[in-house]
Amino acid sequence: MSITVKEVEHIANLSRLTLTEEDKLSYAETMGRILDFATQLQTLDVANVEPTTHSLPLKNVLREDTAGKWLNQQEAVSQAPDQENGQFRVPAVMEG
Amino acid sequence: MSLLNSSIRDLHTKITSKEIKPSELVSASLERIAATDEKVKAFLLVTGEEALERAKQLDDVPADAGLLYGIPGALKDNLNVKGQPTTCASKILTGYVSAYDATAVSKLNETGAISVGKTNMDEFAMGSSGENSAFFPTRNPWDPDRVPGGSSSGSAATVAAGQVLFSLGSDTGGSIRQPAAYCGVVGLKPTYGLVSRFGLIAYASSLDQIGPFTQTVEDNAIVLQAIAGHDRYDSTSANVDIPNYLNALTGDIKGLRIGLPQEYFGEGLDAGVREQINKAIRVLESLGATVGEVSLPHSEYAVATYYLIAPAEASSNLARFDGVRYGLRVEGESLIDMYKNTRAEGFGEEVKRRIMLGTYALSSGYYDDYYLRAQKVRTLIRQDFDNAFEQYDVILSPTAPTTAFKFGGKTEDPITMYLNDIYTIPVNLAGIPAISVPCGFADGLPVGLQFIGKAFDESTLLRVAHAFEQANGVFARASL
Repeated sequence: MSITVKEVEHIANLSRLTLTEEDKLSYAETMGRILDFATQLQTLDVANVEPTTHSLPLKNVLREDTAGKWLNQQEAVSQAPDQENGQFRVPAVMEG
Repeated sequence: MSLLNSSIRDLHTKITSKEIKPSELVSASLERIAATDEKVKAFLLVTGEEALERAKQLDDVPADAGLLYGIPGALKDNLNVKGQPTTCASKILTGYVSAYDATAVSKLNETGAISVGKTNMDEFAMGSSGENSAFFPTRNPWDPDRVPGGSSSGSAATVAAGQVLFSLGSDTGGSIRQPAAYCGVVGLKPTYGLVSRFGLIAYASSLDQIGPFTQTVEDNAIVLQAIAGHDRYDSTSANVDIPNYLNALTGDIKGLRIGLPQEYFGEGLDAGVREQINKAIRVLESLGATVGEVSLPHSEYAVATYYLIAPAEASSNLARFDGVRYGLRVEGESLIDMYKNTRAEGFGEEVKRRIMLGTYALSSGYYDDYYLRAQKVRTLIRQDFDNAFEQYDVILSPTAPTTAFKFGGKTEDPITMYLNDIYTIPVNLAGIPAISVPCGFADGLPVGLQFIGKAFDESTLLRVAHAFEQANGVFARASL
C-alpha cells in the first residue's frame, strides 16, 4: 500500500496542515509503510463482528438541566491569541 | 534523598507524629530536583514557590490527615492545573494557562498531596521514548544515554530519580506501563472509566486513562485510592463502587490463577527480559499461584488496530488547536491559512503524522476498510481477554519486549518505535487494567513485569503485584 504525494497533499489539506515539499515526500513514505503494516487487518474475517467504539457499555448520561458555576465569558476567552469584547477574533471569513 | 527514599506510609507516620513537617518534605523534594534534574530533565516546570507555600499552610497537621497529606508528587504536563501552564510538551500550547483543575488533580489536592511541578512527555502523549517532546528529551535515571520510555517520560523518571514520592501519567497504549518498566518503577493503568479524564488533554478518548507512578505497589494503591471515582464532568466516568485497595495487599496469592499468553513470549522478546520474567513466574509459583498457558489469538493485530483507532480519535481531538481559542497563532491571509500555518508550526512531526493517518482512516472511501475494520478487530481483541479470564484471574507478561534503548535508536522507522508497545496496547483496546512492576535487571537495566486484570479488578492486580514485590524485594531507586 503506497500513498502518493498528491494524496498526502489532500490529507494535509483536510487536516489543516501546510507541509514543505520535503515533508510531503517523507510523510508519503512513512504513512505508506504504516498503512501497509495495517493491511494485515484485511486478512481477518470480520463480516459478523460488531465494532467496539468504547470499552464500557455506555448509554446516554443525563443530568438535571440546572445552571452551575463555571468559567465566565472573560475567563473563557482569556487564553485567546486575539480577542475583542469577550469574543474570539479571527481573520475575515468572507470577503467584501 | 534519605528522607524521600521512604514509603508514603512511613512518611505519613513521620508527618502525623510531627517528626517532620510537610514543608520540610517539599523542601527535600525541591532540593533533590535542583541537584539531579540537570541530568534527568524530568520536569518542564517546577512550581517550587507555590508548592512550598501550600506546604507551609499544611504544616499544622490535622489529627485525621490522610496518607497523602503533605506528600510531594508531580503531574504529567497534559493535566490541567488552574493558574499553571499546560503544554503537552508542544509548541502549539505556547502561552496557555489552565483555567481549571483536572478532576484527578483536585482529588489529589483534597487529600493534602502537594504537586511540585509538571513533567515532560512525548508531545500530546504520542511516543514511546520521550524523544517527541518539543522541548528536550528526558533521560533514563539508570543510564543517561538511554530513553526513559514514553509517553509519560518525565513522570516515570522523576519517581525513579527519587525526586518525588509519586506522579500521575496517562496511558493510551502503554504510556504509563512502558516508561515504568524502563525506569524501574511501579506504573498502573486503571480500567477505562475508573479515573475521570476531565481536565486531561485528550489524545485518543476511548483509550486514554490517568494512573499513578510510584516506587512501591502500596504507594501506588494509595494514589489510586485518591484519584479513582465517578465524576459528573466526564460522561465516560464509570459509576462503580471503589473498594479499599489497601485491603487487597494481603501478600496471599495462594490459588491465584495466572495465565501466560503464549503470543507475548514469542519472537522479538529480548532474551534477558525473558529470563527475568521466567524468574518472576517461579517466584509467583513459590507463593502458591498456579500458572498455565493461555492464548490471546488476535494479539498480533493489536498494534495495527491501535494505529488506526488512536490516530483517528487524535485527528478529531487535536482539531481544536487552530490558533483561535488558545496557544499559538501564526497569521495567514485567510482563516484557513491561519489554521494551517498555526498547526504546521505548532505541531511536531509525529503529531502531524498521526493527525494525517487518522484523517486518512476516517476519510470517505477508506472509512470501512480502515477505521471500521479496526473497530471490529478491537472487538476480537476484547473477546480474547474475556475468554482468557474465564480460566484465569490475571494474565502475566513482560511489559515491553526490551529494556530501555539508546536515544535515536528507534527514531528512523515509526513502526519499530510502535512495536515497543506490543504487550501494552491490547490492554487499552480492551479497556481493562494492568500494572507494571519492576522484577529485575537485564544488562544492568530494569525489566518490567506486567499483570493484566479483569475490568474494575484493580484489587487483584495490586494484590499479586504486592505479593511479588514483597517476595522479590522492593526495587531500589536509581543512584544518580
